[in-house]
Amino acid sequence: MFLIHCPYCDEDRPEIEFSYAGEAHIARPQNADAISDAEWSEYLFIRENKRGIHCERWWHTNGCNRFFNAVRNTVTDKFIMTYEMGEPRPTPEEIEAARDDD
Amino acid sequence: MKFSARSLFANALTGHKNWPEQFPDKEPEKQYDVIIVGAGGHGLGAAYYLAKKYGIRNVAVIEKGWLGGGNTGRNTTVIRSNYLYDESAAIYDHSVDLWDGLSQELNYNTMFSKRGVLMLAHNIHDVQSFQRHIHANRLNGVDNQWLSREDCKAFLPILDISERPHYPVLGGALQMRAGTARHDSVAWGYARAASQIGVDIIQNCAVTGIRRSKDGAVTGVETEKGFIKANKIAVSAAGHSAVVMAMAGLRFPLESYPLQALVSEPVKPVMPCVVMSNAVHAYISQSDKGELVIGAGTDQYTSYSQRGALHILEHTLMSICELFPIFKRMRMLRSWAGIVDVTPDRSPILGKTPIEGLYVNCGWGTGGFKATPGAADLLAYTIAHDEPHKINAPFNLDRFTGGRLIDEAAAAAVAH
Repeated sequence: MFLIHCPYCDEDRPEIEFSYAGEAHIARPQNADAISDAEWSEYLFIRENKRGIHCERWWHTNGCNRFFNAVRNTVTDKFIMTYEMGEPRPTPEEIEAARDDD
Repeated sequence: MKFSARSLFANALTGHKNWPEQFPDKEPEKQYDVIIVGAGGHGLGAAYYLAKKYGIRNVAVIEKGWLGGGNTGRNTTVIRSNYLYDESAAIYDHSVDLWDGLSQELNYNTMFSKRGVLMLAHNIHDVQSFQRHIHANRLNGVDNQWLSREDCKAFLPILDISERPHYPVLGGALQMRAGTARHDSVAWGYARAASQIGVDIIQNCAVTGIRRSKDGAVTGVETEKGFIKANKIAVSAAGHSAVVMAMAGLRFPLESYPLQALVSEPVKPVMPCVVMSNAVHAYISQSDKGELVIGAGTDQYTSYSQRGALHILEHTLMSICELFPIFKRMRMLRSWAGIVDVTPDRSPILGKTPIEGLYVNCGWGTGGFKATPGAADLLAYTIAHDEPHKINAPFNLDRFTGGRLIDEAAAAAVAH
């Protein structure tokens, strides 16, 4: 079971308090009536499914009940960092600096 | 060498020391007609059918690890075809049809046992949904029948049908043609039969890239053992399918999750069938060796780690002890996880891709083992004809753009 750091509670809490909420930084297209089926499909269904460094959303359902983002290595399952919703995707350099998983 | 009473007797006289190698591990040639990425049951089976049915024998199956070491060797061996939609019933029932003579066809005992799969209903929604499934199945010629609570008890005496459990049993849907098979032997049987008719099986050779010509068609794969040329490449890499497809520049509607299973100490025969309970997440059968084979739900996050969290197993075991109080003091021997590639509609993707010469068989999620012979046969057909068979035509990649999903996720109404 993961220990996940909620950036709002600023505490490490067990995974059972959280719900995984999929890949992060996917914005709903604002012009849904203008875009093609392929673009809509890309938004709805296509995912990075990254083997390695993955940005993802978590929801602290049994805690503060807020969504936040996390960077996790999907090969080792180690969390590299978590950050508040609305903050930009960390740069590769920032992720590399925060890594201590290998 | 063919397995028979005579060959068994002859080899007994020499202490079983002279059996030939079943599936020799080959070094890659420079060029093949078809390369299949992934030596699980699906990939090995596709190679076998390509050689056997379509005469395409210059085929290599390339595997990153060892043969049958991925999800083929990690599943809970359940075989069934009681799916709701017409397309699903057709593809899974095609597979059950092939399971039925597979041991004879391969001259290798797959230990397919039609012991029945009983799916338990625990609430009114389950009852209505299962009865809908039964009616839909019957219209599609797939056997499935309703058992009342008392019928369930008569069929499976160790089941607790009292009001005591938090989610009591209200009845169940029983498919008698369903059952289990020995998962390793399916991979070994296909590997042996395929290599006997000319297929090369290359293990410990990860694919690192897919090379394409200027006009976009595939020309071969880069591997740890060098470049191998082929104008037709089929990817059947289960949880890692998206990783391999990305090498060809394709993005797929797949997410890979850990799925765990565990087995108990072996005991005398006590479970006559497979029991599935989607509502409380309990999947259990008994192997011929006597171990209880238990499947859990997926972990909630995407991962390639091939391990999952203990609380998922605890959740499943709690449910099993509620349904079968007799198992409360059983000890579990080992647990493991496989990485399953899940599509948005929980139906597979089996067919051509936008790239010429590149074929795919992926997205089987938590239920790929049962489909092994069917998927293999249909993948071989698709490669040989360069167009899908009518059974796998609906399972194309385009459905995620066109919108014609085969939504077994909604039909099952459970988290997979």
